[in-house]
Amino acid sequence: MKIVVLLKMVPDVVEELELGPDGRSLDLELLRLIINERDEHALEQALLLKERHGGTVTVVALDAPEIDDVLFTALARGVDRVVKIEGAPETLTTHGAASLLAGGLPDIPDLLPADLLLTGCQAMDDLDAQTGPFLAQRLGLPYVGVISGVEVDLEAQRAFVSKEYPGGMHGDFEVTLPALLGIQAAATAPRYVPVAKVRAAMQSGEVEAISPSAQPEPPLVEVLKMMKLEAAGHAEMLEGSVEEVAGRVAELLGERGLL
Amino acid sequence: MAGNIWVMAEQWNGGISEVTYELLALGRELADGLGVSLEVVLLGHEAEELAAGLGEADVVLYGDDPALQEPTAEAYSRVLTAVIRERGPHGILIPVTNVTWDLLGLLPAELGAPLLNFCKDVGVADGRLEARCLLYGGKMEANVAATGTPAILGVMAGARAADGPAAGEAPPIERFPVSLPEAPRTELQRYVEAEAGDVDLTQQEVLVAVGRGIGFQDNVELAEELAEELGGAVCGSRPVIDQGWLSLSRQIGKSGVIVKPRLYVAAGISGAPEHVEGMKDSEMIIAINTDPEAPIFSVAHYGIVEDANDVMEALTEAIQEAKG
Ligand SMILES: Cc1cc2nc3c(=O)[nH]c(=O)nc-3n(C[C@H](O)[C@H](O)[C@H](O)COP(=O)(O)OP(=O)(O)OC[C@H]3O[C@@H](n4cnc5c(N)ncnc54)[C@H](O)[C@@H]3O)c2cc1C
Ligand SMILES: Nc1ncnc2c1ncn2[C@@H]1O[C@H](COP(=O)(O)O)[C@@H](O)[C@H]1O
Repeated sequence: MKIVVLLKMVPDVVEELELGPDGRSLDLELLRLIINERDEHALEQALLLKERHGGTVTVVALDAPEIDDVLFTALARGVDRVVKIEGAPETLTTHGAASLLAGGLPDIPDLLPADLLLTGCQAMDDLDAQTGPFLAQRLGLPYVGVISGVEVDLEAQRAFVSKEYPGGMHGDFEVTLPALLGIQAAATAPRYVPVAKVRAAMQSGEVEAISPSAQPEPPLVEVLKMMKLEAAGHAEMLEGSVEEVAGRVAELLGERGLL
Repeated sequence: MAGNIWVMAEQWNGGISEVTYELLALGRELADGLGVSLEVVLLGHEAEELAAGLGEADVVLYGDDPALQEPTAEAYSRVLTAVIRERGPHGILIPVTNVTWDLLGLLPAELGAPLLNFCKDVGVADGRLEARCLLYGGKMEANVAATGTPAILGVMAGARAADGPAAGEAPPIERFPVSLPEAPRTELQRYVEAEAGDVDLTQQEVLVAVGRGIGFQDNVELAEELAEELGGAVCGSRPVIDQGWLSLSRQIGKSGVIVKPRLYVAAGISGAPEHVEGMKDSEMIIAINTDPEAPIFSVAHYGIVEDANDVMEALTEAIQEAKG
């Protein structure tokens, strides 16, 4: 079967985030980008399906800092082909990126139609749109998101997917292929790949690059102002050595009858 | 004349979800601010009686079809697209939950309409809707406006206090015709109940929750020791579940369990909106995180900027000492 996975680079939100001079976006200079966590799961799910059904997995990403390393790592993990779409403006809204992908995917030789397109079900830096549903709509594919289990019956051209509902409940869906799925979690945690293998992929592998024929569409929403969450505004911060703080907490719990 | 404000009722699991009433309270403010009506859209099959509690709205727009019995995005999006195109509302408030998630993406894509997602608040400024949205895992906030109408607004739980179903008279119901000509390409076969956990997290007075910040699976033990000393249970955030450090039944948040214990200790948890949704109403929240800017501190009552494992260990000892 033929599977396409879309990977996105996002700021590592564990790091300190600083506002840019326009006050409406992050300071790109200081950002460390990592692969969106859900996309790691989408990739893992694709590799698991390939192991079971055979076929190919192609990873597609919009050009971004560090993207080549990420794409080589994908090759080392067992992906067959990696493609980056070049020429995207540095500041791209979600809607802009989604439209660029919708325009760019059909431009990639021998890619579509694929049986399955997998995206992460959400990126960390999200604002206006959700790329998966947007792509599904543009490419005329059915879409289901928040997926944590995928089985495929290739002969019947059907996927059987498990969608997460609140409270730990799941819904089993039957989806006609080709389809686009927004992955929340792969059946098993994303596989680890040793550095030596990544190095080997860098030696022997190739990152294909294409320039899309389409331009990104203008955004439909306008960011007026961005600000840091006032995190410490609410909590009373307890300071001192670990032992002092622990003692203070024990006292607080005692006062509340929690001991 | 500006279009009306709509609220999409979340009809799931045999009833109207609480968050719908929160959105109705918010929608009422917006409708009054714009001088328009507040209308609530209810989709379902033989579900008209669910409209009775939606009296906060001026009218219930009700669409009925066997394919609308469960809130599946393909059918819901198709039906909503048609009725939105026909009636031209100004804005549509939709709760951000796992039930509505796919719809929140498909509907704006279908309509070519702006989506303001993860709104924690929405107001009216200069005759247009302006939202306060969460992004970057809850670390940043942005004021965002739509460049056109209808605007689709994904509103987080907790944007307003909910009073539950409206008492008093049932609102007028206006049925609109539903047409779903094509066979669905996505079909819900069945729901699978949550795997029963060994403990009912909602019944615990004390919960010690661990996140990715505890670093290694072995450190779950430190949380277990602390929980035992406090007479509570251990639970966790998504990554901890994904790694297999805890079973799925121990997940707190949007996809997991919603809890309100007397004490919630959040160790190495960043406080992403999806997690916070599940624990924000706890009576006392103590957060331990090495990042002073972690969003968890904005919902916690007490914050400790330290290594979570060190603090859990020291706290277990301090409690043993205090108990004598
Ligand atoms: C549709 C959907 C549904 C979701 N549902 C849920 C859900 O139900 N529940 C849920 O939890 N998540 C859910 N998520 C995931 C959610 O968005 C976050 O990714 C997740 O909550 C993050 O978990 P975390 O805080 O453990 O990890 P991270 O966000 O990675 O945070 C780790 C934290 O640990 C801190 N840290 C690092 N080292 C230390 C140390 N030594 N001591 C103390 N602190 C340290 C870091 O500063 C950081 O703040 C959902 C996501 C989606 C898209
Ligand atoms: N620039 C991009 N390049 C490749 N994939 C993307 C890009 N933007 C979004 N995606 C995919 O769409 C998913 C949802 O992203 P978003 O709509 O930004 O929340 C991501 O998890 C990726 O799989």
